[in-house]
Amino acid sequence: MSLRLVACLFSLIALVGLGLSCMGDAAATGQEKLPEKVSYNFHIRPILSDKCFKCHGPDGGHREAGLRLDIADSAYAPLKETKGGFALVPGKPDASELYKRITSTDTGYVMPTPESHLGALTAFEQRLFKKWIEQGARYESHWAFTAPVKSKPPAVSDIKWPRNEIDHFVLAQMEEKGLSPNEEADKERLLKRISLDITGLPPTVEMMDRFLGDNSEQAYEKMVDELLQKPQYGERMAVHWMDVARYADSYGYQDDNIRTQWPWRDWVIHAFNNNLPYDQFITWQLAGDMLPNADKEKILATGFLRNHKYTEEGGVVPEEYRIEYLLDKTKTYSKGILGITMECAQCHDHKYDPFSQKDYFSLLAFFNNTKEVGYEGDVSVSKPAKNPLLSITKDEREKMLQFIQARDTGMLTVSVMGELEKPRKTFVLNRGVYDQPGEEVQPAAVRAVMKFDTTHYERNRLGLARWTVAKENPLTARVFVNQLWQEIFGRGLVKTSGDFGMQGELPSHPELLDWLAVDFMENGWNIKRLFKQILLSATYRQSAKATEKKIRIDPENIYLSHGPRTRLGAEFIRDMYLASSGLLAPEIGGPSVKPYQPKGIWEATTSGRGVLAVYRQDHGDDLYRRGLYTFIKLTVPPPGMIMFDASNRDQCEVKRLKTNTPLQALIMMNEPGVLEASRVLAQRLLHDQKDASANIRTAFRRIICRKPTANEEKILLEYYQEQIALFEAKKLDAAKTIKVGEYPVDNTLDTKQLAALMKTISTIYNLEEAITKT
Amino acid sequence: MEKEHLESHLSINRRRFLTSLGMGLGGVALGSLLVPDMFSGGVDEETVMAGLPHFAPRAKRIIYLFQNGAPSQLDLFDYKPMLETMHGQDLPASIRMGQRLTGMTANQARFPLAGSYFKFNQYGQARAWISELMPHTARVVDDLCFVKSMYTEAINHDPALTFFQTGAQVGNRPSMGAWLSYGLGSENKNLPAFCVLLSKGKGNGQGVYSKLWTNGFLDSVHQGVQFSSGDNPVLYLNNPEAIDKADRRRMLDKLAALNHESYKEFGDPEIAAKIQQYEMAYRMQTAVPEVTDLSREPEDIVKMYGPDCLTPGTYAANCLLARKLSENGVRFVQLYHQGWDGHDSLPGQIKGQCLDTDQASAALITDLKQRGLLDETLVIWGGEFGRTNYCQGVLTRDNYGRDHHPRCFTIWMAGGGIKPGVYGETDDFGYNIVNNPVHVHDFHATVLHLMGLNHEQLTYKHLGRRYRLTDVAGNVVKDLIA
Repeated sequence: MSLRLVACLFSLIALVGLGLSCMGDAAATGQEKLPEKVSYNFHIRPILSDKCFKCHGPDGGHREAGLRLDIADSAYAPLKETKGGFALVPGKPDASELYKRITSTDTGYVMPTPESHLGALTAFEQRLFKKWIEQGARYESHWAFTAPVKSKPPAVSDIKWPRNEIDHFVLAQMEEKGLSPNEEADKERLLKRISLDITGLPPTVEMMDRFLGDNSEQAYEKMVDELLQKPQYGERMAVHWMDVARYADSYGYQDDNIRTQWPWRDWVIHAFNNNLPYDQFITWQLAGDMLPNADKEKILATGFLRNHKYTEEGGVVPEEYRIEYLLDKTKTYSKGILGITMECAQCHDHKYDPFSQKDYFSLLAFFNNTKEVGYEGDVSVSKPAKNPLLSITKDEREKMLQFIQARDTGMLTVSVMGELEKPRKTFVLNRGVYDQPGEEVQPAAVRAVMKFDTTHYERNRLGLARWTVAKENPLTARVFVNQLWQEIFGRGLVKTSGDFGMQGELPSHPELLDWLAVDFMENGWNIKRLFKQILLSATYRQSAKATEKKIRIDPENIYLSHGPRTRLGAEFIRDMYLASSGLLAPEIGGPSVKPYQPKGIWEATTSGRGVLAVYRQDHGDDLYRRGLYTFIKLTVPPPGMIMFDASNRDQCEVKRLKTNTPLQALIMMNEPGVLEASRVLAQRLLHDQKDASANIRTAFRRIICRKPTANEEKILLEYYQEQIALFEAKKLDAAKTIKVGEYPVDNTLDTKQLAALMKTISTIYNLEEAITKT
Repeated sequence: MEKEHLESHLSINRRRFLTSLGMGLGGVALGSLLVPDMFSGGVDEETVMAGLPHFAPRAKRIIYLFQNGAPSQLDLFDYKPMLETMHGQDLPASIRMGQRLTGMTANQARFPLAGSYFKFNQYGQARAWISELMPHTARVVDDLCFVKSMYTEAINHDPALTFFQTGAQVGNRPSMGAWLSYGLGSENKNLPAFCVLLSKGKGNGQGVYSKLWTNGFLDSVHQGVQFSSGDNPVLYLNNPEAIDKADRRRMLDKLAALNHESYKEFGDPEIAAKIQQYEMAYRMQTAVPEVTDLSREPEDIVKMYGPDCLTPGTYAANCLLARKLSENGVRFVQLYHQGWDGHDSLPGQIKGQCLDTDQASAALITDLKQRGLLDETLVIWGGEFGRTNYCQGVLTRDNYGRDHHPRCFTIWMAGGGIKPGVYGETDDFGYNIVNNPVHVHDFHATVLHLMGLNHEQLTYKHLGRRYRLTDVAGNVVKDLIA
């Protein structure tokens, strides 16, 4: 399959262009070149899915004229409502009702119908259909539901450039597009990039000096290895997984009281640092409690399925919410791990993918056997965890679960999974409504993805976990490899990382994705190895400079002809200013903390009930913990983080937006945390050294992670001197300027110098490059 | 439609636009870059707006006065003398028809009907019933359309609120304001298209949550931005005390020069966008306090809204602020006022709630009208569901509580193409709708229609599906439109 796909890629760019018809590309005229061989998967199916499947697709409950176009046999069959007619006659477009209708100008005859608001097919799309039918109208199975195959890395003309297999795949496509790779990024930027990617923290000055001074062949690889061994790697990886697992510190519905789910988060950090293979990482989280050797660590991992919201509103119907929680578990599993939009089949058969409503509830049935109840009472009787729960004593934390950073000696309780002894029956719920049970179903995984062979797999969560991480499963490895690629490059090989189905985007590098997925599984689902493999590639090491030509040909950098340049995630922006100023409290794990937050935000929205009605800000070291430890109250997630596109943790998310709003500038200019970091860094520098230029250079290095250019230094020094003059002339108030944050002021320093340097540093923090991986 | 393509490729658009522009960056003063307005999503406005609105709008802006917690329609607008006659007698099973109740009253042995403690009178051309609790509202009655036949599917606050605001009871869907921001953009380059104002009464409160004004899967420029009157109108807007405007300008000039260095090296259009982002923030720092400063409002205006309007964070202050934001082109101003959840001691609580809100709600109508803005501003007043005709807890002559009731409730709308009057009807018990039911989806469809948008065409493709505010249902209620 893969070779054919590559052959089709030339036309794929035409399709991409089509999506951007607003750009005035050739697509608009419909005259661009058709592919040599029209592919069902790459050319036809995306159009069918988008324009036809809604009424002629997998949803049996809503199928017009009895016509189904997602399956070859039905599409070739005689039409039920047009005597003697056929939707598709291979080889004969003019005899094919489908082609006649998509090209018709008669509003009563044309497809899609004007009432559907789906829009007519473009001239180019019509020509694609014509050629496809002429070539035999051949259907293919959906790429993502076919097991990946490891193909030989393609040959390339520039044989000197590739460093590993990844580069062969990437370069082959670049060469096809007339693009060539960039040179390697300079060492300073490369170090910043790997440090941010692996640990989420900027490199220290010591690391910079060491790396710049090491001219050996292995310098880069050694640094990658060193960073992968740091415990901050686990923290960085946890941020992504906390989005997938919709982790939060409160129960989420209106009254929104506190909960204790953070020991699960500490386990995630620990698991990544221990490099727990991904298949086990998933198995434990889905069914750790059911493993033959289930210990408390494995049971704790199942907190994954319990992180969702719980209502504590008075007067709810418990069953309504018990079902709601199952829907959430099903969604998190299918979107986060399988990369499919299973939730669309909750109320009816899926419109685009071959998932029936029965498939949906058969999948949900795996989670339906938990001891969880729908309602344990309102906020007045709220507890830190809901049944079934895991109790962890101080003794257990000291002997076995050392990764849990409890603050006191008390017993901890965490919501986890636990099975009922007598299985609970599961029914299809008509229209997805909790009190409308229909046909009874047995637990089974999604057939269209891979058969759930009951001679191999038990009909329970453990069976589901085993099915999920089976080597033959076409999705699990691809989806995770793609998520990691997305985290590193800012864009997945499959852009729609949460939808590998019919409506999802096609992979930009299908063979590479498959190669990586198979290689990942063959090497024991080793996450650190995969990470290193990507970071050692020449593709990754390219400079981020984009020429006008590159931007014109490939504005999204789909073909990776330059290095990634992406804005840091919300948590990592906070980490950046804390780490570079020296304020960062290095402690790992423990209960979430409450740093500075604008006054009154929790108070303005609360019902007044529960312990989170009032925001009680922390002090001391707890003000300076990494972003992932900031307390997430679901009804009012930290506003500064939300403005930088953090997940609100309401649902499973596999991808964050990267938007640009003026509110972000306001945060960087005025947030007390950034101002405090500027002041603390200034006083640390001034403590050792009074020379303004030297201090500006050091501050710049610590924040931007490279030496400033002469011009940059000049601009900053001018600003510093201007500020000194203003303070001296009493036009500005130095004493007031430095009054920010709780970290003590160094009173031995000259206030005007401190204030001027602080403001210069604050300017550096506001540079685009400060919060950008370059 | 093309809009979703545009939106989903927003960042590329921005890149392309800025690339063409960036080539000449050196020659242009950095502070005056003609980059598209960021509050409309950073997309070339002319291209975006092609095809939108779908037809001539009746309203340009919306102010939604959300009465959070669910006010009792039976004590305010839906007058039912039958309940007084049958006070204390059980709700007939033939009326209840086995419909589900919340867990708070499902186990009650009896469902005694509770007549309203308050007196009702008829007002205006439509002879609309309004209780003595709302004297100010009664004065503007001829501008209002009472929809007495609203109904919803949820019976608990959280899902019901979420349904009203996002068109779905659960999930992380974009809220109404975000959809309008997405569809129509902002009229003011210095203010967000979607602003949120919060206040609380003393009645039994139900919290609000930022998910109600979320952008969901839309670009986060469409997220509701919380505003308040007083010294700190928008989070992080104010410079630190020791930094004045001139000083901020000095910093921004240096910052732009430095970012420009970086732009020269990388050619990344996002850097040019960042320069513009700071300029926009700077403009907001001037524009926002000008709008949110209520202290310079003339005496007659203060009198009209009531003295509370000078206290930041009150409902009255928020109504006045809503007018100012709307007048300055904010597309959607969403207010929330808590405290309407009258499970017990309802008469006492609702009296307080009305004292806090009645005058200012009516003043807003009058004020918009006298400025000639009511015709183009749609004002909506209402909660997330209604309250039961039977008593929750102990019933006496002058005290009772009412549980949640999704089967029927009253909202009112005014201005922006709305036909004043009374629409829909409930049965003599105020339990079921007998005439012209309006579902939440119908309400959304109608509101979008008034704004010139076809609710079936305002879509956004996310994870393979074209989402709408109205999900898969909703009909425009034509009879509500003037």
